[in-house]
Amino acid sequence: MSISVNGNAVQVPDDPRVSLLDLLRDGLHLHGTKKGCNQGACGACTVLVDGERMLSCLSLAVQFDGRSITTIEGLGEPGALHPLQQAFVEHDGFQCGYCTPGQICSAVAMVEEVRRGVPSHVTSDLNSNVIDFSHDEMRERMSGNLCRCGAYNGIIDAINETLKEAAE
Amino acid sequence: MSILENAKQTAQGLFQAGMAKAIAMAPDSWIPGGEPDPLIRERHGHVGRPVSRIDGPLKVSGKAPFAAEFPMEGMVYAALAYSTIAKGRLSSLDTADAEAAPGVVLVMTFRNAPRMQPPPLFLSGAKAAGGDKLPVMQDDRIHWNGQPIALVLAETQEQADHAKSLIRVGYEVEHADIAFAEARDRGTDTAEFMGQPLHDEIGDAEKALQDAAFKIDATYTTPRHNHNPIELHGLTVAWQGDTLRMHDAQQLVAHTAWSMAQVFGLDEKQVVVTSPFVGGGFGSKSMWQHHILAAAGAKLAGRPVRIVLSREGVFRLVGGRSPTEQRVALGADQEGKLTALIHTGVTVKTPHNAMPEPFILPTRSAYAAENVLLDVQKVELDMLGNTFMRAPGEAVGTFALECAMDELAEKLGMDPIELRVRNEPEKDPISGLPFSSRHIVEAYRAGAERFGWSRRNPKPRSVSDGEWLIGMGCATGTYPYYRMPGGAARITLTREGKAIVDIAVHEMGMGTSTVQTQVTADRLGLPMDAITFNYGDSTLPGVIMAGGSQQTAAIGASVIAAHNALIEELLRIAGNDSPLAGLKAKDVGSRNGGLCKLDEPERHETYQSLLARAQRDKVTVEAQPPQPLETMHWSMHSHSAMFCEVKVNKVTGEPRVTRFLGSFDCGRILNPKTATSQFRGGIIMGLGLALMEDTQFDERKGRVMNPSLAEYHVPVHMDVPEIDVIWTDIPDPHAPMGAHGIGEIGITGTGAAVANAIYNATGKRVRDLPITLDKLL
Amino acid sequence: MIPFSYARASDVQDAIAKGALGGTKFLGGGTNLVDLMRETIERPTGLVDVTGLSSEITETRDGGVMIGAAARNTAVTEHPLIRSRYPALTRAIVAGASAQIRNMATVGGNLMQRTRCTYFYDGEGSHCNKRAPGDGCDALSGFNRSHAILGASDACIAVHPSDMCVALTALDAMVHIEGSDGSRSLPIKDFHRLPGDRPDIETMLQPGDLITAIELPASSIAANSTYRKVRDRASYAFALVSVAAALEIENGNVRDVRIALGGVAHKPWRAERAEAALRGKPAGEAAFLAAAEAELAAARTFEGNAFKVELARRTIVSVLTELSGGAV
Repeated sequence: MSISVNGNAVQVPDDPRVSLLDLLRDGLHLHGTKKGCNQGACGACTVLVDGERMLSCLSLAVQFDGRSITTIEGLGEPGALHPLQQAFVEHDGFQCGYCTPGQICSAVAMVEEVRRGVPSHVTSDLNSNVIDFSHDEMRERMSGNLCRCGAYNGIIDAINETLKEAAE
Repeated sequence: MSILENAKQTAQGLFQAGMAKAIAMAPDSWIPGGEPDPLIRERHGHVGRPVSRIDGPLKVSGKAPFAAEFPMEGMVYAALAYSTIAKGRLSSLDTADAEAAPGVVLVMTFRNAPRMQPPPLFLSGAKAAGGDKLPVMQDDRIHWNGQPIALVLAETQEQADHAKSLIRVGYEVEHADIAFAEARDRGTDTAEFMGQPLHDEIGDAEKALQDAAFKIDATYTTPRHNHNPIELHGLTVAWQGDTLRMHDAQQLVAHTAWSMAQVFGLDEKQVVVTSPFVGGGFGSKSMWQHHILAAAGAKLAGRPVRIVLSREGVFRLVGGRSPTEQRVALGADQEGKLTALIHTGVTVKTPHNAMPEPFILPTRSAYAAENVLLDVQKVELDMLGNTFMRAPGEAVGTFALECAMDELAEKLGMDPIELRVRNEPEKDPISGLPFSSRHIVEAYRAGAERFGWSRRNPKPRSVSDGEWLIGMGCATGTYPYYRMPGGAARITLTREGKAIVDIAVHEMGMGTSTVQTQVTADRLGLPMDAITFNYGDSTLPGVIMAGGSQQTAAIGASVIAAHNALIEELLRIAGNDSPLAGLKAKDVGSRNGGLCKLDEPERHETYQSLLARAQRDKVTVEAQPPQPLETMHWSMHSHSAMFCEVKVNKVTGEPRVTRFLGSFDCGRILNPKTATSQFRGGIIMGLGLALMEDTQFDERKGRVMNPSLAEYHVPVHMDVPEIDVIWTDIPDPHAPMGAHGIGEIGITGTGAAVANAIYNATGKRVRDLPITLDKLL
Repeated sequence: MIPFSYARASDVQDAIAKGALGGTKFLGGGTNLVDLMRETIERPTGLVDVTGLSSEITETRDGGVMIGAAARNTAVTEHPLIRSRYPALTRAIVAGASAQIRNMATVGGNLMQRTRCTYFYDGEGSHCNKRAPGDGCDALSGFNRSHAILGASDACIAVHPSDMCVALTALDAMVHIEGSDGSRSLPIKDFHRLPGDRPDIETMLQPGDLITAIELPASSIAANSTYRKVRDRASYAFALVSVAAALEIENGNVRDVRIALGGVAHKPWRAERAEAALRGKPAGEAAFLAAAEAELAAARTFEGNAFKVELARRTIVSVLTELSGGAV
């Protein structure tokens, strides 16, 4: 029984009560994934599970046997930042920085969802697979990630720029 | 109160009044800020540039360590049990099952908690940090619904949480005062804030109101709010020998170290509080019971403790903003000149804290009115101690005042900006002091033009787009310039020409380390990469809180003092061969990596050269700034003109903000990038205040019923449009760097701007926050 | 959380066998169950993980769609058959929760969501008949702005929080259930219960029953369906009122109609009175309003939620008007 975390095999905890979030933070000292509510209401604990964004606080670690988790630490590090991490710095997409890893993980997967054509609450034509990268689409799709410092504009700007660069 | 105490207080009051008069009358040059900070003239340095945060790469990669992320050998995890009654005593407290549960190391209750002094109440002393002054787990008394009654320590968080659920509690319930209206009807007292009564009178405002040609008289209510920073309150704490070591999330490191020392009977040097990163605070990250309980538990268990409050726990034991009921009555003549300005009302506190929400503060300096009556009454309830939350007073006070101005403007048939311009005071209406820097009319003009205010149709409910009614509103925001006593800074200059600044301040996202690195680089004439700015550590100089938007000014004044000391020291060691030999400190400044004579810049020597000649590896100086008398000599405030466009759904009443512009007059902007974020952040919290934030306090039992981020709504991405921010950038000549703090002004005026826009869109005047759709149906 | 055992089900029969033990619950995405376990409101002694069972979304022989109960919410929203034939379902799911939660939550689990009533959630400090029958209901005279206006009882005025289920109810979905006695199926409108004097019993499931699939019947009306959700926040908030509806108009008259309401009752509320009032009537605002009135005549309100009657009335009319498009 093992979970892949940023490419490393990790033992599934014996106590099934351990959430994926607590496994990451307390067990593996990967503190980049944050605990903001522990009840699925803030998005700070967002990680990528086989590329899809999920909330690690509501996930029991034991359910993730055989799956591949990417945390913020797996995306990039100072000196070798992911383009979106870099864009967050340049556009000031954070203040205190606490919700930031969750915002970034969420945005990385959000871009893939848009490419895949997953509709959102603001998508007008459900039968089109091509989603417009509009301001409203991005705001709606990022709404599961709360930022109390109110860095929302900078976050969307950072995503916008990175998406544009990816498209070019 | 005894006659003796009365006499003492009167004498003190007279002395203070006399001092205040003397300071007000003193020549400018005697006052700090009387000589403008030379940095204000510097226009080609780092200050004013949009530098990206220097700690940004750490934050975006998850490598910035927060309080609950410092591992310690042998650490145990904590969980808290909370009372479910508001007042009474514990009749039984059965912890046997919890103690027997797997992994449990300690169950602490009032029976086995160490004897501790009550926390020193914030504002009761220079370094006091406590949210209230109640004893912590010392007896069986219950003072509020949610009070911690047991601490469980266990090997894992899961074990601690489980064991906590096994504690069985019985209560002997006593009558609790928890209903606001009932308490108000029984009688109120005049509230005091920072030792002064919240009451001001000029002339006879009620009479003037009666006689006024145009008047409005309305009641505005605001609910309880909670700060809800995304980082949960937590700390990692250990006793290392005689030293209490706390990795904390803290906006008052030095205050907390001293206060914890008082609680545990230690010397303040025996408590070390560090807090390099704080995941948002907004007034909430001071010292509360969990600090004391975790340290006491660590002492009893003999092991380091990690405590992270649950989100519910934050609502249960960290205070929030109190509710208010405010009356604003305005009287005006035909020209719109205010003849009567009345702003009174009632708020709620506890017997154990010193914080009545001071909602009249923004009104004191707002408008020139012939007759003024300002008054805050308080009632005291059996509840968790309320506290300072972003712009305490101003955030909710401006909602009432600025809605009332909008209502008056409509009565007069006058543009609401014009009404404000006509009542612009020449000097502070209450204190009589001159303004240090006030350019609010410019802020309105620039904002109105950029926002397209002229396109607003003053007739309510006249613009729509399909299912949506559209409206625009504006309001004035304001927040005082504060600088509190207790500043100090240390500068160490090395032979390599690098400077280290040490000061016990905080980084909660304001950009402190980045901006102060910019400022210090310019002040010392060094590049940014030659500056190391150390902060967030109670062992560093200074007792400076990140609160009252005063940290920037406090650091600025402290570094100015330390820089002056550094120049003195360098001149002292310069020797006769230095080009600076014989110069006086006042004639010398820092430039190009060294010192020079100010009016003869070619007389220059680099820091490296100065230190090398003196055969010194480094020079260290520490200094304290003068007392902040400038705030008693000038009326010092930040200002803003807020513009909002909303749409309100005709079918469902849903209100959504579509555009927002903040036009600010806050002195010089030190870093446009981080400043923009702070302004926007304040505005967004203001949107929350306007439209959704409401801590539901069940008055049947004094219990908060929505202690979660699912039920206490804060704005999400979709609630927030692109927010435009502009500023006058006119330096305040009397403030360090010419700058004002900008952390709080964004939330002021915003609630009223939204409410006024909603009125313009719908014709419905909602005076009761939050403005939810049911009020607009 | 209290300690519990964890096992994965390899197939439906394995799940039924493992789920037969008392105190056992089936675990899907965990987005609601794990939260309630952390609050110790749910106290299972064993979890059987059924996320490995069928998550397939396939077309049935008669032109409907069968959705494996383990299908994630996102998988349903993005499926071409759902988007084209049952747009109300896609619209409802994307209006709910956040993208992260939709990626985790299963369709079966969504049916089993429990109320967001804050007194229900306050296990230590509040009275709640849903947590403990006979304990009393603090919501009756407390904060009840989000509470029920239809079908409530003196014991409970909580509402069902799901968006997805409201659309399923309007679309006549069938719930396929496997139990120790074999398999059966129920129309979703009969799956959830009204509170009565046992608000703790929320569905027609028997102990050990497992939801295996949701079936959407072939329907000509479903293609012209939608979902409208009214909430305080612009996103990531539970519905104050929501409406799922489908409408077919022929020669200006309502040939057929389906309406379900969310946020107003202990269960997704099929508005059968409104439907009956509309069938055969000339499509238009007057008829839509009369239909809404017919449904809401039985509404019973409390201090905090009286506005929901007017809000529901307006939202029903607006949704039907939208669906009637150019036909009116």
